[in-house]
Amino acid sequence: MATHEFAAQESHAHAGPQGFIRKWVFSLDHKVIGLQYYFLALAAVFVGMFLSLLMRIHLVAPTAILPFLGDIKPETYLTLVTMHGTIMVFFVLTTAPQGGFGNYFLPIQIGAPDMAFPVLNMLSFWTTFLGFIVMLAAFFVAGGAPLHGWTGYAPLSALQSAGPGEGLGADLWIISIAIFCIGALMGALNFITTTLDMRAKGMTMMRMPLTVWAWFVTAILGLLAFGVLLSAGILLLMDRNLGTSFFVPLVTINGQLTGHKGGSPLLWQHLFWFFGHPEVYIAILPAMGMCSQLLSVFSRKPIFGYKAMVYAILAIGLLGFMVWGHHMFMSGMSPYTAFAFSIMTMGIGVPSAIKTFNWLGTLMRGRIRFTSPMLFAIGFVSLFVSGGISGPFLAQPVLDIQLHDTYFVPGHFHLIMGVASIFGIFAATYYWFPKMFGRMMNESMARWHFWFSFIGTYAIFMPMHYLGMAGMPRRYSQMTEVSYLHGLIPLQKFITYAAFVTIAGQLIFLVNLFWSMFKGKKADDNPWEATTLEWTTATPPPHDNFGGHTPVVHNGPYEYSVPGAPRDYVMQNDPEIKPAH
Amino acid sequence: MASFSTTATVDDPRISLGDDGILPPVRGGGDDGSGPGMPDYATRLRRARLGLLVALTPILMLFVSFSSAYVVRQGLPTLDPRTNALVRDWIPVTLPKLLLINTGVLILSSVFMELARRQIRGQASLASAKSAPGVSVVEQIRIPWLSMTFVLGLVFLFGQWAAWRQLAANGFYVATTPSSSFVYLLTGTHAIHLMGGILALFAAGIASLLRRSVATRSIVVDVTAWYWHFMAGLWIYILCLLEFAS
Repeated sequence: MATHEFAAQESHAHAGPQGFIRKWVFSLDHKVIGLQYYFLALAAVFVGMFLSLLMRIHLVAPTAILPFLGDIKPETYLTLVTMHGTIMVFFVLTTAPQGGFGNYFLPIQIGAPDMAFPVLNMLSFWTTFLGFIVMLAAFFVAGGAPLHGWTGYAPLSALQSAGPGEGLGADLWIISIAIFCIGALMGALNFITTTLDMRAKGMTMMRMPLTVWAWFVTAILGLLAFGVLLSAGILLLMDRNLGTSFFVPLVTINGQLTGHKGGSPLLWQHLFWFFGHPEVYIAILPAMGMCSQLLSVFSRKPIFGYKAMVYAILAIGLLGFMVWGHHMFMSGMSPYTAFAFSIMTMGIGVPSAIKTFNWLGTLMRGRIRFTSPMLFAIGFVSLFVSGGISGPFLAQPVLDIQLHDTYFVPGHFHLIMGVASIFGIFAATYYWFPKMFGRMMNESMARWHFWFSFIGTYAIFMPMHYLGMAGMPRRYSQMTEVSYLHGLIPLQKFITYAAFVTIAGQLIFLVNLFWSMFKGKKADDNPWEATTLEWTTATPPPHDNFGGHTPVVHNGPYEYSVPGAPRDYVMQNDPEIKPAH
Repeated sequence: MASFSTTATVDDPRISLGDDGILPPVRGGGDDGSGPGMPDYATRLRRARLGLLVALTPILMLFVSFSSAYVVRQGLPTLDPRTNALVRDWIPVTLPKLLLINTGVLILSSVFMELARRQIRGQASLASAKSAPGVSVVEQIRIPWLSMTFVLGLVFLFGQWAAWRQLAANGFYVATTPSSSFVYLLTGTHAIHLMGGILALFAAGIASLLRRSVATRSIVVDVTAWYWHFMAGLWIYILCLLEFAS
C-alpha cells in the first residue's frame, strides 16, 4: 500500500502546531477546519430540527401549552418557520457538505497538502460561526426573531414596524446572512484556487473524483450567487434603517404612511431568487458527488459514464442560474417570461436524468456491498428521484399557481433539497468517519439509523404532497378550525408523529457518532478498498496529508474490477492501467 | 478494456503548509522559495494572481447586482397619494465636480501603483541575479511609489467624503430620492473596497519593515496592484453609470 511506501520518508513530514488553540481552535489545517464546519452544522441541524418539532406540534395542537415555552402564538409559528428554514439552508445544507467534507477531503483527494490560502480558510469558518451566533442572537433581542420567512420577502422584511420580530431581530437576521455570504465567498475562493492550482502531478481534471468536481462547481455557484445575495441584503438594510425605497412601495401600516414610496418588492424577489435557486444546487451538488463516489466504491464498478457525469454537473450549475423566475410564477409575470423560465426549468431535468440513469447503470450488475454509507447513497438516489419528479409539475406556471402556496411545495423541496442532501451528509459521514477519526462507526446502529431516517422521511414528506393537492395552504399557523380542511387533520397528525419518530432516530446517529470516536473498532487506512487519494495516506491523515510527499496520479478515480489487476481496485497512485488492444 | 502493469512512482517531497494565508503555502514562510519542499516564486505568484482573479468575481457580481437594481428602480413609477396618479420619484442628482478630481487622483494612484509593481518586480529579479557568484549590482535610488499610492488612496477617500458633504449641502441625502440613494450606495461600497486595497498597501509596507523577502513583498504588491487597477476601472464604470444613466 502506498502508505507504507511513504512511511520510509516520514522525516520529511511537516509537523503541525501543538498548542490547543493553534491546533484545534484557530487552526490553519483544512482538516481541522472541515471538522469545525461539520460540528457547527451538527449543532445547527439540531436547533433547526427542534424548531420544526415545535411547528409540527403547533399545527396539530395550536392551543397546547408547552413546558418552558408556553403557548405558541401565530406570529411565533412564523418565526419558527423563518428560523428553521434559514438555519437549515445556510448553516446546515450549505455548511456541512461543502465547508465540512469539502474542506477536509478536497485537498487530500487532489493530492495537495492544504488549501491554497490557509488563513483565509480559517477566517471563512470563523466568519460563518459568527454569522450563526448573530442568527441565534435574533431569538433573544426585543421582539424576538423575524417572521418574514427564509426568503425574506419585502415589504414585510423591509419595514421595522411590519410585525413582531421585524425590528432588531430582522436586522440581525440580515446581518447574519451578510456575514455568512462573506464567509462562503472566502471558502469558495479557496476551493476554486486549490482545485485549479494545487492538483498533484497526474491529477488531470478528468481524473478528479466526482466529489471534487461537485465541490468545485458548487464553489463557482457560490462565487456567483452569494455576491448577489449580499447586495440584496445591503439594499434591504438600507431600506430598513436609512429610509431608502429600493424594495418598499407606497404602503401604510395601521393607516399611516410609512414614508417609503416607489420601491419594488419584486426587485427583492429577483435578486433573492437569482441567489436562491443556485443555492438549491449548492446544497445538493456535493451530495450528488458523494453519491456518485459511494455507488462506484460499493458496487465495485467504475462509475457509469464519468464524462457524462462531469458534463451533467456543469450543465446543472449553468442552468441553475437561468431558472430563478420559476419561484415567481405567482408574481404576475408575463406568460411569455414564465414560459421561458418553465422551459429552462424542465431542461434541468435532462442532466438530472443523466445522473440518475448513470447511478442506476453503476448499480446494475455490480457486486454491491450494502454497507451503511451505501444504504444512504441509495437512499439519496431514491429521495432525489421522488423529490425531483414533482419538479416538472411545479415548473409549469399553470400548475404552480394552483400548488405554489400549498403543502405540495414543502413536500417537494424537503425531499429533493433538504433530506436528499442530508442523506448525502450521512453517507459521507459513515464513509469518511474511519479516515477522519481512525475508527469505524457501529454498523448496527448505522442501519437502524438508516431505516428510521428513510421510512421516516417518506412518512413525513410524501403526505405533504397529498395535503397540497387537497388544497391545504402552507405557512398558516392554525388550520384545525377551518372546516374544509377538517378531513386532512389526521394526515397532519400522522406527519407530526412521523416527525417525532424520525427525529428520535437521529439520536441513534448522534450516539453512534460520539461513541465511535472513542470506542469504535480501529480502522485500517483503506477499510472500504477504495481508490481515491485519501485512502492512500495514514489514518487520520498527517498534518500535511501525505507525510511530506506529493502523490503521483496515474489512474482515474473509479478503477474497480480491472481485468488483470492483482485486486479488484486500482488506486489512483498505483501503476498506470494501460488499455488492452 | 484495460490491463495492469507494475512499477509504482512516488515523487520527491515538494510542498508544505503555508504561514500567512494571504500568500500561497510556503514551508517556513517568507523566504524566496529556493529551499527544498517549497513552491517557487512563479508558482506562488501564479497562485496569488489566480486567487485574486477569483476574489474579484463576487465583487463584480455585487456591482452587477447593484447596477441591475439601479436600472430597474429608475424605471419604476410610484403612486402620488395626493393626485392618485402614477409619477416618477427618480430625481437626477447633479454630481459634484469634485468627483472628477477624485477620479484623476485615483487614476494617478493607479499609475503609481503600476510603477511600484514594476519597481519591486525589478528588485525581485535583481535579488536572484545578486545571488549568482561574481555578480555585483549597483543599487539605484528608489522612488517610493508605493507610499505615494497609499497617500493618493487616502486623498481619494477624503475626496469622496468631501463629495458626500457637497451632496448633502445641496439637499441630496441617502433617502432623498432613489438616485441619491444609489449615489451613496455605489460610492460607499466602492470606497469600502478601496479601503481593502489601502490595507493591502499597508500590509506591504509592514512586510517591508519586517524585512520579509523581496519575493514575498513582490507578490503582495503584484496582487494589490491588480486589485487597485480593478478598483480604478470599477470607479470609472460607476461614475459613468451615475453620470450618463441618470
